[in-house]
Amino acid sequence: MKRRDFVQLTGLGIGGMLLPFPSMGNPTTIEAMLDTPLDIRQKKQLADVALNTAKSSGATYADIRIGRYLNQFISTRENKVQGIENSESFGTGIRVIVNGTWGFAATNDVTNDGVKKATLRAVAIAKANSKFQKEPVKLAPVKAFGEVVWNTPIQQNAFEVPVSEKVDLLLKANAGALQNGATFASSNLFMVNEQKYFASTDGSYIDQNIHRIWPTFNVSTIDKASGKFKARQALSAPMGMGYEYMVPKKEDKLQGPAGMVLYRNSYDIVEDATLAAKQAKEMITAKSVEPGKYDLVLEPNHLGLTIHESVGHPLELDRILGYEANYAGTSFATLDKLKSGTFNYGSKIVNIFADKTQPGSLGAVGYDDEGVQCKRWDLIRDGILVNFQAIRDQAHILGQNESHGCCYAQSWSDVQFQRMPNVSLAPGKEPYSIDQMIKDVEKGIYIAGRGSYSIDQQRYNFQFGGTVFYEIKNGAITGMLNDVAYQSNTQEFWNSCVKICDERDYRLFGSFFDGKGQPSQVSAVSHGSATARFNGVNVINTGRTI
Amino acid sequence: MAILTKDEAFALLKKVLAYSKADECEVNLSGTDNGNVRYARNSVTTSGRISQSSLVVSSAFGKKLGVATINEFDDASLEKVVRRAEELARLAPENPEFMPFLGPQKYAEPITYVPSTAAITPKQRTDLVEQSLNVAKSSKAVAAGFLEDNAGFSAMMNSKGLFAYNTSTNTNFSVTVRTSDSLGSGYATRGYNDVTKLDTKSATQIATDKALKSATAKAIEPGKYTVILEPAAAAVLMERIFFGLDARQADEGRSFLSKPGGKTRLGEKLVDERVTLYSDPLNPELPTSTWSGDGRPQEKVTWIDKGVVKNFSYSRYWAQKQNARPIPAPDGMIMEGGTKSLEDLIKGTKKGILVTRLWYIRDVDPQSLLLTGLTRDGTFYIEDGKIQYPVKNFRFNESPVIMLNNLEELGKPERTVSVESNQNYLLPPMKIRDFTFTSLSDAV
Repeated sequence: MKRRDFVQLTGLGIGGMLLPFPSMGNPTTIEAMLDTPLDIRQKKQLADVALNTAKSSGATYADIRIGRYLNQFISTRENKVQGIENSESFGTGIRVIVNGTWGFAATNDVTNDGVKKATLRAVAIAKANSKFQKEPVKLAPVKAFGEVVWNTPIQQNAFEVPVSEKVDLLLKANAGALQNGATFASSNLFMVNEQKYFASTDGSYIDQNIHRIWPTFNVSTIDKASGKFKARQALSAPMGMGYEYMVPKKEDKLQGPAGMVLYRNSYDIVEDATLAAKQAKEMITAKSVEPGKYDLVLEPNHLGLTIHESVGHPLELDRILGYEANYAGTSFATLDKLKSGTFNYGSKIVNIFADKTQPGSLGAVGYDDEGVQCKRWDLIRDGILVNFQAIRDQAHILGQNESHGCCYAQSWSDVQFQRMPNVSLAPGKEPYSIDQMIKDVEKGIYIAGRGSYSIDQQRYNFQFGGTVFYEIKNGAITGMLNDVAYQSNTQEFWNSCVKICDERDYRLFGSFFDGKGQPSQVSAVSHGSATARFNGVNVINTGRTI
Repeated sequence: MAILTKDEAFALLKKVLAYSKADECEVNLSGTDNGNVRYARNSVTTSGRISQSSLVVSSAFGKKLGVATINEFDDASLEKVVRRAEELARLAPENPEFMPFLGPQKYAEPITYVPSTAAITPKQRTDLVEQSLNVAKSSKAVAAGFLEDNAGFSAMMNSKGLFAYNTSTNTNFSVTVRTSDSLGSGYATRGYNDVTKLDTKSATQIATDKALKSATAKAIEPGKYTVILEPAAAAVLMERIFFGLDARQADEGRSFLSKPGGKTRLGEKLVDERVTLYSDPLNPELPTSTWSGDGRPQEKVTWIDKGVVKNFSYSRYWAQKQNARPIPAPDGMIMEGGTKSLEDLIKGTKKGILVTRLWYIRDVDPQSLLLTGLTRDGTFYIEDGKIQYPVKNFRFNESPVIMLNNLEELGKPERTVSVESNQNYLLPPMKIRDFTFTSLSDAV
């Protein structure tokens, strides 16, 4: 998702229009949200209408997704609720292959007649587009799963928690920040529930119920005299979880350096907002960084975005092939680099894997949006590039006979395509704590949380900021830094990775609104890692006066 | 739902309001027909036609507001959405910033709708794409592009008697052409309200020429350079200023327009005196709606006049609180320029770099509006008034405010599209000195 859409969504943007949640939907009541509009037998019967219509119209393959997408978005500012929005979107999307060409159509008329008409429209589009087709679509085989069910293993459905309880928690976080010196505090809670039914002519009928949640805040402090202002974002991660993520548990809290508290599978928004206020205040007078080479100690809630941009995106096969050339770009990680079997993406300790099964992750589902069972696979093994991300119609390009199961559409009305799975850095194999890592650094910077991020269209050159920065001198944290950003080249950066903490420090970072495609679609994806050290990275000073 | 006429929209909105039992009720109605074709690797990859419509009901009891949206328009659905908005309003806590809805307003007649765009046929779209593909293919280059067109209407009515209606059309086109060995890349983008103005052939020719000419890029040292930013490159930097004109952010002290002591830069000279920025809904080259989403009239507003900050935009609440004129945020932005073409600017440049496009723009420091990003799809070294050779792409770290203080010359404004926000603007090509490139990129 583009930053501007997000800014508008959170009510800070220009223009007076109220925007719906990214996937277009109808607001709905809590009670109505918990109803099921169609039971599983009705969905199967409708699916068969689509599949039979497609086959009898000449399709060699067809799939149907019947989706109900529920969203709730609560936004607050200081002691005020700015918005409570419920939305629901229900409909069906049908995809067919005719004459070796894809066709897609969607409708919110989820009746026998509506489904039949949409299927015929998809067939007609495939036929019309087939005149432009240079190579017929080739699908990797997939197992017929029959009738199966998969649900995100949540403990508490966030949509069932009373709105007042959620509002109270956000206002409490704002109050915590304001009482500790913040000038302004705003907080948001996003909740998503995708109820997706998938069926295909390959013999699968898959019913899935998927939940995601993201609490976040912005706490800022303004020094009136100097006119300086600093903001500290939340150190939460969006998760593939229910409301249990919002209930803090002791075992999920990690004591980080310099009094930082870091979170694993549950989040204490009040505690974090309180600390944020103190840190934002400290930032006003923190030292401006001396530019130069530093050893960087990168915390998982920061490193996740670096993994996302410098490993997740470059290994998407569609962009490697040029399908995203006009918008997201292409990739430095070309097919010949993969085939060589010797491309040193990173140092020997760098093992990066794709995984759509990790519990609590945003990308975790049982099956992807073309009925492929999700799995884990290696992308970089012992520093060597070993695989890409591919879906059914791409696997043959890699000489593989199985999809990786990473096909996704943001709603029933959008066509599914290859999206990034969770891409994570494996923790170090030897016991090694964050304290030990800091002790071992002579001249370095510890960076936590997400910040400014920018990377070129082939994913070579990047520049990343962060939420908080601490200087490390001779094995100890000496104080907070300002104006820090690091610039590097993807291959050089991953080859400078010299140490990774062990699995005790492994945590997930998440991106809730990752944008790709034209028209753009969003998807949600997590990136796990333990704190890692990168030697001799170029740090610039971003302070300017206007 | 088809695009409703003014009378049809009026009747539908009237019907919705009749269901309201709230103290106040406001209804926004909109519908668009979108057509698009996407292509890559010299072949069409997807095409779609999407019709969307939406009815947004805002119901208020005192200072408690509820908002509900629906995209079905039978009587039962209309009543249901009003009841939902009222239910949410009853659940919502009081919002001290709630503003009573506006009464009737006067709006200028908009000029945003061009019938030829609304009447575009699938064949026209295919032809436009085919013309683009033919240019790339005949040069043995590879094109990826996106063409989309929209025709839509929006209308609003409230229980205070306000009614507004507008129709609009637009088309956006962009194309990236790469050499078959992937060593060169070029880009062009176009945006119009009238699709008959769109010439995909000439735009693709420019992108193709840039691709072919950029294939042997040399690395030159990063540092401070005189640059000529084409309008598409300038757009993604300039819009960060446009988005930042909000009074509340500035008054609260968290904007590049804030000053020490709780003051703002309103009335102060911010940038070079040749910089004048304004919005005008009736500009024939960049027409926009004559009313904003909350019913306020959109009129011609000068935001920066000869380098001086003249106006901020306000929410209705903040304007009342600050006792200021409640100017809504603009829909389109226009920057005055000179008469010179891009070629003239190049001719008058001793040493410099021509930038076709900037990419992945992110805020680095909101206090100084420092941005980072990279050049892309056609970066060339200029010496003695001529393009000498292509150069490797750069990363920049620069603030558009600093950039507009280092202004050398402005060319003739033209309509362009931001690749970041998809917004259209009227902007001149800009010659800037001391633009800060901080590193090289191997990306093509």
